[in-house]
Amino acid sequence: MATIVQGTPEAVAEPVDYLNVSHTWKSWLFTTDHKRIAVLYLISITLMFVLGGAAAVAFRINLLSPEGVFSAETYNRLFSMHGIIMVFFFLVPSIPATLANFLIPIMIGAKDLAFPRINLLSWYIYVVGALFAIYAVVRGGVDTGWTFYAPFSSTYSNSYVLAAAFGVFIAGFSSILTGLNFIVTVHKMRAPGMTWSRLPLFVWSNYATGLIQVLGTPVLAITMLLLAFERIAHVGIFDPNIGGDPILFQHLFWFYSHPAVYIMILPGMGVISEIISCFSRKRVFGYNFVAFSSMAIAVLSFVVWGHHMFITGESMYSSIAFSILSFLVAVPSAIKVFNWTATMYKGSISFDTPMLYAFGFIGLFTIGGLTGLFLATLATDVATHGTYFVVAHFHYVMVGGMVMAYMGGLHFWWPKITGRMYSEAWSKFSALLVFVGFNLTFFPQFILGYLGMPRRYHNYPPEFQTLNVLSTAGASVLGLGYLLPIIYFLHSLKYGARAGNNPWGAAGLEWQIQSPPTTFNFDETPVVTEEAYNYGPVEEIVG
Amino acid sequence: MAETIVPVGHEPVGHEPPPEVTHLRHHFATTEQQLDASMLGMWTFLITEVLFFGGMFTAYAVYRFMYPAAFASTSVYMDVWLGGINTAVLICSSLTMAMAVRSAQLSRERPLVLFLILTMIFGTIFLVIKYIEWHSKWVEHLVPGFNFQYNEAPQYTHHAQILFFLYFCMTGMHALHMIVGLGLLTYLLIQAIRKVFTAYYFTPVEMIGLYWHFVDIVWIFLFPLLYLIGYHHPK
Repeated sequence: MATIVQGTPEAVAEPVDYLNVSHTWKSWLFTTDHKRIAVLYLISITLMFVLGGAAAVAFRINLLSPEGVFSAETYNRLFSMHGIIMVFFFLVPSIPATLANFLIPIMIGAKDLAFPRINLLSWYIYVVGALFAIYAVVRGGVDTGWTFYAPFSSTYSNSYVLAAAFGVFIAGFSSILTGLNFIVTVHKMRAPGMTWSRLPLFVWSNYATGLIQVLGTPVLAITMLLLAFERIAHVGIFDPNIGGDPILFQHLFWFYSHPAVYIMILPGMGVISEIISCFSRKRVFGYNFVAFSSMAIAVLSFVVWGHHMFITGESMYSSIAFSILSFLVAVPSAIKVFNWTATMYKGSISFDTPMLYAFGFIGLFTIGGLTGLFLATLATDVATHGTYFVVAHFHYVMVGGMVMAYMGGLHFWWPKITGRMYSEAWSKFSALLVFVGFNLTFFPQFILGYLGMPRRYHNYPPEFQTLNVLSTAGASVLGLGYLLPIIYFLHSLKYGARAGNNPWGAAGLEWQIQSPPTTFNFDETPVVTEEAYNYGPVEEIVG
Repeated sequence: MAETIVPVGHEPVGHEPPPEVTHLRHHFATTEQQLDASMLGMWTFLITEVLFFGGMFTAYAVYRFMYPAAFASTSVYMDVWLGGINTAVLICSSLTMAMAVRSAQLSRERPLVLFLILTMIFGTIFLVIKYIEWHSKWVEHLVPGFNFQYNEAPQYTHHAQILFFLYFCMTGMHALHMIVGLGLLTYLLIQAIRKVFTAYYFTPVEMIGLYWHFVDIVWIFLFPLLYLIGYHHPK
């Protein structure tokens, strides 16, 4: 790999790193170190994840019985807050703001992101947005669903739509700034010899994500703003009573929110490329194809939004075009899945915890992706639109895909971020819980949707109870699977074994430096002389 | 991308001045890398701005396609003269801004201060005229959501209201960007008076210059779309 001159950490008892360089509150809240900002983000999004998860627990309890526990109003607020918090305050920032924030500068051999102060600003903006969302929850929640469809949200809803919409509006700018920072960093901050074709695929996928964040999020911002004007002053822009067009709201909303789905999955794909390569001891098969498939997904993501609107008044010809374009997204996605599988072929595979999550990702993302094709098919979508089939589909992609990848990435880079190893047994056990719990939660929902159970209702006919009870049971297992890592990760901070610089024997610049890294990552700017994932022939490593 | 203009003959070639002069931050290797990164960042930001205004332009296009006659009927209330003068004022401010950037690149301190002040004066004139226009709309009861009455063509009341909302939304967002721009120019002016900008460090001037030109270009699109509809549409 690259030639890096590094001080010998063994020579000193407690080497200085980005964590122990100072301990004051001020040194954290005014830091411009991308690694510390990543940690700030990690803490914030974990809190939001717990909040969004609590809402999910509540409405899964409600669905245990056909008549429900809560009132319809309460139920609507629970699933809406779950959606808004999980999408805008957890999934969108999840990997980019934490792992990518921490790793991109290191992976390309830079001291920091191009704009360190903007990076810190993005975290503060995120916090303000999150506070608005929390305010909306505390005051009584929102009942519009995460999609804020007009005119319900703009005229009829009696909930705290404005607070939540402003929260989403504000958090969007943090996402824009993160994406902007990544784009400029990847273009301008690469170390000598780090050519585009030597970039780790994690960097490629986050670069593609940055493009979507920069191009899509402003449209969400203006959409939320128009919604707010309509709600405050009733100017009529989305009010059909006076000639306003609610379909326009949906077009604008999905112009962001469909690409946002790829903001949520592309970084996860990058993590999986890194993990599969490391634990198969092989270069990622078809590197160029995997890299460019990220770019292809980013481009295609902007021309498929209409598949959310097949039955909401879009013209038949638009629907046909959007349907075909949606099928096209399957091509780059499939390229990735095939290439990860081909990477493992004849590899020297080890079953460490990150790899378990990667296995889970490949299987679950494949199911999520293929059911997406069902929904992109016009006739099938008419039957399944607005049912639990859709809910199951996007949870297979978002949770089975992105959250799996996020967990895998956390387990993979935790030793680098903290310098400590977590409990191997517990982590494998919880990876298993997550996989089993996830499938038990969401597979029954495919069947429920196929049988015609609509989403977003607080009650249902009695014949659906068995599957709903299974789903709630699965959610409990899944919840435990997410709770355990919080415990053993925190435990590892104090009691975990020292990880060393490269516990996995992985390639990549981040593994060549000290764990945890120093504030400026490298003592001297590295010079890269080799391609990424240079693991050499498998035979040499075995034994 | 923005081409880097090499200063002509002011400093000996091959001599890199100290960080106090170049303002090179720790994580960049060279001043050129720092300038390139800042410029790319600004261009990327401007792309997000295009998309932000794009949402409003899309709404405008959709509603104008749906209600062409109602939109055309609003032209009676649009003051083409004030809008036209404002267009000219903004184009002048773009010129002075470009001169300011050039002055900074050539380390010419006094012209830099002068052109920045001129740009700010033009920007302020624009906002004053904008205020006069808005005020007259308020007097004529044309503010949607507050006092909207449409006596010119009552059959178009609802649809004209959508146009007037778009008018206030788009020119309002544009004016907000102008106000932010004036704030940024004030910052530049203070720094310029302190003689911070030289041929070795003019990044903020060039970046804010780009922003200013972008805001002008938005107006170039707003003016015909909002003020000249009736002139393009047969009565």
